[in-house]
Amino acid sequence: MTLDSLYVKETKAISRTKGSLLIAESIPGVQFNEMVDVRLANGEIRRGQAIDISKEVTIIQVFGGVSEVDLVASRVRCKGETLKLPVARDILGRIFDGSGNPIDGGSAIIPRDYLDVNGGLVNPAGREPPAEFIETGISAIDGLNALVRGQKLPIFSGSGLPHNRIVAQLIRQASVKKTEEQFAIVFGAIGISYDDADFFMQNLEQTGAREKTVAFINTASDPVIERISTPRLALTAAEYLAWQEGMHVLVIITDITNYCEALRELSAMREEIPSRRGYPGYMYTDLATMYERAGRITGKEGSVTVMPILTMPDDDITHPIPDLTGYITEGQIVLSRDLERKGIYPPIDVFLSLSRMMKEGIGAGKTREDHNNVFMQLYAAYAEGCNLREISTIIGAEALGERDRLYLNVADRFEREFISQGEGTKRKVEDTLDIGWSIFSALPEEDLKLIGEDLIKKYLPKYAGKA
Amino acid sequence: MGKVWRISGPLVIGEDMKGAQVYEIVEIGSDRLVGEVIGLEEDKAIIQVHEDTQGLRVGEEVKGTGTILTAELGPGLLGSIYDGLQKSLTVLLENNSFIERGAKAFALPRDKKWHFTPTVKVGDAVGEGDIIGTVPETHLVEHRIMVPVGMKGVIKKIAEGDYTVIEPVALLEEDGGGEKEIIMMQKWPVRKPRPYRRRFAASKLLITGMRILDYMFPLALGGKAAIPGGFGTGKTVALQQLARWAQTQINIYVGCGERGNEMADVLHSFRRLKDPKTGRLLQEKEIFIANTSNMPVVAREASIFVGITMAEYFRDMGYDVLLVCDSTSRWAEAMREIGGRLEEIPGEEGFPAYLGSRLASFYERSGLVECLGGPERNGSVTVTGAVSPPGADFSEPVTQNTLRIVDAFFALDTALANKRHFPAINWLTSYSLYVDWVKDWWSAISPQWETTRAIALKLLQQEAELEEIVRLVGPEALPESDKLVLMVTRMIREDFLMQSAYNEVDTYCVPLKAQLMLQTINRFYELAQQMLESGVTTAEIRTSPIIPRISRMKNIPNDEAEERIKELWAEMETSLVPQRGGVA
Ligand SMILES: Nc1ncnc2c1ncn2[C@@H]1O[C@H](COP(=O)(O)OP(=O)(O)OP(=O)(O)O)[C@@H](O)[C@H]1O
Ligand SMILES: [Mg+2]
Repeated sequence: MTLDSLYVKETKAISRTKGSLLIAESIPGVQFNEMVDVRLANGEIRRGQAIDISKEVTIIQVFGGVSEVDLVASRVRCKGETLKLPVARDILGRIFDGSGNPIDGGSAIIPRDYLDVNGGLVNPAGREPPAEFIETGISAIDGLNALVRGQKLPIFSGSGLPHNRIVAQLIRQASVKKTEEQFAIVFGAIGISYDDADFFMQNLEQTGAREKTVAFINTASDPVIERISTPRLALTAAEYLAWQEGMHVLVIITDITNYCEALRELSAMREEIPSRRGYPGYMYTDLATMYERAGRITGKEGSVTVMPILTMPDDDITHPIPDLTGYITEGQIVLSRDLERKGIYPPIDVFLSLSRMMKEGIGAGKTREDHNNVFMQLYAAYAEGCNLREISTIIGAEALGERDRLYLNVADRFEREFISQGEGTKRKVEDTLDIGWSIFSALPEEDLKLIGEDLIKKYLPKYAGKA
Repeated sequence: MGKVWRISGPLVIGEDMKGAQVYEIVEIGSDRLVGEVIGLEEDKAIIQVHEDTQGLRVGEEVKGTGTILTAELGPGLLGSIYDGLQKSLTVLLENNSFIERGAKAFALPRDKKWHFTPTVKVGDAVGEGDIIGTVPETHLVEHRIMVPVGMKGVIKKIAEGDYTVIEPVALLEEDGGGEKEIIMMQKWPVRKPRPYRRRFAASKLLITGMRILDYMFPLALGGKAAIPGGFGTGKTVALQQLARWAQTQINIYVGCGERGNEMADVLHSFRRLKDPKTGRLLQEKEIFIANTSNMPVVAREASIFVGITMAEYFRDMGYDVLLVCDSTSRWAEAMREIGGRLEEIPGEEGFPAYLGSRLASFYERSGLVECLGGPERNGSVTVTGAVSPPGADFSEPVTQNTLRIVDAFFALDTALANKRHFPAINWLTSYSLYVDWVKDWWSAISPQWETTRAIALKLLQQEAELEEIVRLVGPEALPESDKLVLMVTRMIREDFLMQSAYNEVDTYCVPLKAQLMLQTINRFYELAQQMLESGVTTAEIRTSPIIPRISRMKNIPNDEAEERIKELWAEMETSLVPQRGGVA
């Protein structure tokens, strides 16, 4: 305890409000970004943060807004620290709000530590490149966009698309090949409907993963300002579990779009110069400071894998929210309205989707030796088929040559047999790859030029088992 | 010196700052956060802080250092990993996986001894830039110790043996009569270009091992290039490939506002990969700057200037240096953020009006030069910067301003990337002004380069037109000769331009192999045309066993390429023959 924390730093001199900001006189000793309590005339206490301080004024962002604040009776008291989350292993199984208060009726956490919600800054030289395959049991992910521990891989969805069901399936099925290690899930809900939040919690309950999960829930009716803190609390909890308890943590954050809307609202209140479509110019950096908390650290047991979910406004992938996210994350899983209309579940658009860490996590000893080749050949064949499909919508499939019709058929089979799978179906990665090979059987062998000849002899059904 | 008056994110205003200079480095508060004065107003100084300001208070001390932002230059740079301010991240890692605020670490180790061998003797007159001795810094690079800029005189003492970078290795008697010690470490203000004697036009190809660059859009030693593209189109992989395989003597990789995992990946791969020419570990010729996106934004600007200063320093020794920067857009965004806080009048999309000149001040430090001092030598700095346009829209200010400066432009195309055509460099919109400059160089490898290249580019252009038609009438409606064009352009795209960074063999392709590969496809086209004329159909040609062999040329190791591809030629001549009785 430092000496100056013995003094109470407090002021009553609030000169005006501006949006959700309070402009108060200068408070000696206040720290930049320090947390404050704003006490209203009726005794209610709201939290706030000193976001711009000088010898003349202190500007306070009030969480929960400035309604009922008055300039005479309200007072601001500094807490002496920046926003911190109390942590302990006991947070597992618990539910908190966007300020970190328990909302499950359980007792308060007995903290082992208080962690700054902004997290530490990992030394890039101390990061371990992610390389461990996580089997999700979903072919479109495992086969073509494999997820590895420590990766940040978002889902780009659109309103009405089944991102929640896919994530629920992923949580039910996700396993790492080595199973004895400790696994935990951190769930951060930002401004989502009560029903959606409930859907996730029910799913976790059914999976039996409830006691391995920490949830931070800010629903649509909760204070907008807490949408800014919710993901940070979730990530702080994840970091604690990973770096101090040695657990492998999967963080699901939904919906980043709501987060960005809140960020834009805040920025407007601060009268900052807006950038693209009204979002603040620092949104890239702001999102990066969150997403970058995923990873592995050399010499530490655990890992933080982050899967943010966002809904693309108007299904537009160039909108700043998906765009900036894509610029930060290590790939993206993009859902397609077209596939959804065709009744394909999960409707994953494999062209727009990408996992940049995949190559580290697949291959002999990790998944299977043919994985990379199968992956490339499937893309090439499907791309060709889709291209021809587009042409055939104009000129008719009859006008295509025999070889082209073959590819048309491959594209259909790829969607129906490879991408499509039941919500309850968990495919082993070997099965996923074998589906690929069964599709290749329909093509002339000389067309499989992205696959090594030895692998063709080993895996192509007409040779398999005969070598 | 002064005290903190206001804190607003990365911007601090100090009071009682009389005497401070613009760009002076200051240390703020008990954590001694590094800041840089960027403006003065009466007794107040506007300071941009390179570290996180959370927890800082009004009234904390601001201490001037009297110096501006400098880089340390000397033995110990190679293989190092620095943050944006040139703090050694490896040193910081010794006690903590996390970087503490205000943590300090020298760029050059102070205790390590290097073996200095003099190249001058007592009594020699020396001036700025003269090489006075050498240090075998790594097996790949001899570090040449130069007389610092601004010094000249007669060597009074010269050492030989093992010294640290701060111990004197020479004593200079200056013209005026004074004496000055020379140590192996120099310091240089990063925003100021290092001097040279004169500049030349670029003329030599910088071999990158990437076919689409070397062959189609060559980069020259001393050149400047940009590689713009939407997310996931392959900027980072391309820059990593350049940093790995470019046949320059020193490579500098600046990660500016990008991902930590990517940095980890680069660092780990350089500890494993070997230089194709020498077989030595690549990190012996590499310097890394890792200033990731979650690090304080202000340091992004510094990181680029620190990088280019180190590049110039090695250039001054007479080396060819490549600097790649991923991504210049993040740097521009940092400028925008600071500008916004200063309430400057913004230019386009909120970027400061000086965006273009600031970008130029970086790219213009590239070039092929005759170095200062003796012995006479030339050195070069080649710069390639990634640009990350929002929404992959190249009309945005950073891309447009960059276009005005660079001489080669490798445009990445989201549609190609989505189809997994990598490198996703669009062959119709990219260009290189160095094509004419490197002509002589190429003709020494192969006199056919110019024509082969032109034929391929023309066919690709034709393909784009034919595809429009196919969309309307279908592929079957095309005449046979056009079908053949599509078959051949597909070969050019898939079997020549596509090049996986992850394929052990294909990751690096020597120019000769590139030439042989494209020549093979050209010859195939000629032979197939003759077959068509004799009445053979494209459908029949498509079943030729030669075709899969052409697509597997990529997997032929560089040193076997000539022999094995020429074997293929022989077979082509015997198996791709016109129909008997047809027109031969
Ligand atoms: N030459 C290549 N060979 C094989 N794969 C490649 C190549 N270039 C790019 N890729 C693939 O594309 C992915 C994305 O590339 P990269 O990370 O370089 O994109 P980027 O342009 O840097 O994106 P961002 O702007 O988001 O950083 C890689 O992870 C890899 O899968
Ligand atoms: Mg990149």
